[in-house]
Amino acid sequence: MSRKEKFAEIALTVVGLTSVAVLALIIFFIFKEGSPALAHVGLGRFVGGTRWSPGKGQFGILPMIVGSFFVTFGALLTGVPLGLGCALYLSEFAPRKTAAVLKPLVEILAGIPSVVFGFIGLTVIVPLIRDHLGGPGFSVLASAIVLGVMILPTMVSISYDALRAVPQVYREGMLAVGANQWQTVTSVVLPAARPGILAAGILSMGRAVGETMAVIMVAGNATIIPVSFLDPVRTLTSNIALEMGYATGLHRQALFATGIVLFVIIGALNILARAFIRSR
Amino acid sequence: MTPSSGSGRVSGLDVARRPERKPGRLGMALVRASAFLTVAVLVFIIGYVLVRGARVLTPRFLLGFPEKMGREGGIYPSIVGTFVLTSLSVAIAAPLGIGTAVFLTEYTSEGLFSRIVRFGTESLAGIPSIIFGLFGFLFFVIRLGMGWSILSGSLTLAAMMLPTIVRTSEESLRSVPDIYRETAYALGASRWQTVTSVVLPSAVPGIVTGVILAMGRAVGETAAVIFTAGSSLRLPGSIFDPVRTLPVHFYILAREGISLENAYGTAAVLIIAVLLVDFAAYYTLHRVSKRRSVTGR
Repeated sequence: MSRKEKFAEIALTVVGLTSVAVLALIIFFIFKEGSPALAHVGLGRFVGGTRWSPGKGQFGILPMIVGSFFVTFGALLTGVPLGLGCALYLSEFAPRKTAAVLKPLVEILAGIPSVVFGFIGLTVIVPLIRDHLGGPGFSVLASAIVLGVMILPTMVSISYDALRAVPQVYREGMLAVGANQWQTVTSVVLPAARPGILAAGILSMGRAVGETMAVIMVAGNATIIPVSFLDPVRTLTSNIALEMGYATGLHRQALFATGIVLFVIIGALNILARAFIRSR
Repeated sequence: MTPSSGSGRVSGLDVARRPERKPGRLGMALVRASAFLTVAVLVFIIGYVLVRGARVLTPRFLLGFPEKMGREGGIYPSIVGTFVLTSLSVAIAAPLGIGTAVFLTEYTSEGLFSRIVRFGTESLAGIPSIIFGLFGFLFFVIRLGMGWSILSGSLTLAAMMLPTIVRTSEESLRSVPDIYRETAYALGASRWQTVTSVVLPSAVPGIVTGVILAMGRAVGETAAVIFTAGSSLRLPGSIFDPVRTLPVHFYILAREGISLENAYGTAAVLIIAVLLVDFAAYYTLHRVSKRRSVTGR
């Protein structure tokens, strides 16, 4: 093997390790910066505490955990059926030409900056909710709608891939025994694609949990546990982004500790998604 | 297989004889409706922003400097800042991402090592942008002493776009038929020669498309940039200066209620930029895959 060959191989190996190194650095720095706050406040009181007022030294993020959960759940309620329906149409029912036009359009949706989604939520959805349903408008519902739209591209493209991966023979077999297209889809194609569709749902969930700027603009950000879907809410991500600009000392560490909690939730979701994709 | 699928088959046979009652009419309608609703949402968002923002889009707005915190004047520094920040992050992430993909497809067989690399890349893809922002702030801004600067922001964005570039490059490298490689080896080419003169050129359209798409995401990124590149309204003189990118500027205008009008204008510029990038990506993939249908995906 020539020296050039050897060099290329070593260089590529090093380059290949970049993402692992970046991941390790991220984990190291977030945990290093956040763990003093966890130790100081106590994990139980940090995760289970209902009061967040850094000025008084109270650091409980339960309202934000519940907030993230509600908002994410709401986003899944709106985004998953819509996204799955869209993927089904593109993969099973749409004429080839229509699908060829619609698929890139859905991909454009993925490229629209999250602040723009937030802004539309702020100027269109929040006033709609305030005027017709009551409350301040900045709410769980507004966040769920905005996030539901934002997870559409993830939901559509991963479910679409899962549906396309179902062998054509399955469909032909069903059609040959006299089933119509809808029966074929519901009784053969969907069950066969189920692991991939579940993975799409979980990855969409990860996106919804991790989204920050759009949620800040429509959620109202109050640090209380919401009791109605019209109540304002603050998520884990918003908590970090809202206060990071001016936080110092223990307060800042507590924000990084919020990051640790977020990190653990996302990590669990990704492992779950990977398990589903593997089981295919 | 569940029992219900069996009965579905029977009723399917039933229906074949009585075509006037088609099962799944409602379901099909819902499926079709959700596809069109998705597209309608997209069209609404783009239309809304462009129509509202169009009034503001004058040369003075695009080439002028902001005055009174952006209440008046233009967004020129933000346009320049976004362009430089995005280009620099692509320049950092593209070689690393493509290199990783080449390593994964051409230099290792599936083993423990490649599994670790793939795990790292996939995990990175799932990390929320705010976490990248926190990390970039701690590591680049503070630990490495780069301060709020284009460089800190670009490095953070590069880390964020790495997984996208790796995945799309890997896909297009894998779609290069093995016969190409075998032919090159049979002619006596080394591995590196095969990669650089046969495999990479065939995979270029897919790789370029992936890089462009990653760039599109970077243009609109806010959470990771606001804590690493800062929010200075001044025109940057070097990559060590802070900038306020378009999405950050837009966010501050909209959230602090500084100027709704200029916010719409900034959003319109942002949307146009993203659409141009998407169009470029689509065009690259489409045009080249037409030209080279053998390797076309």
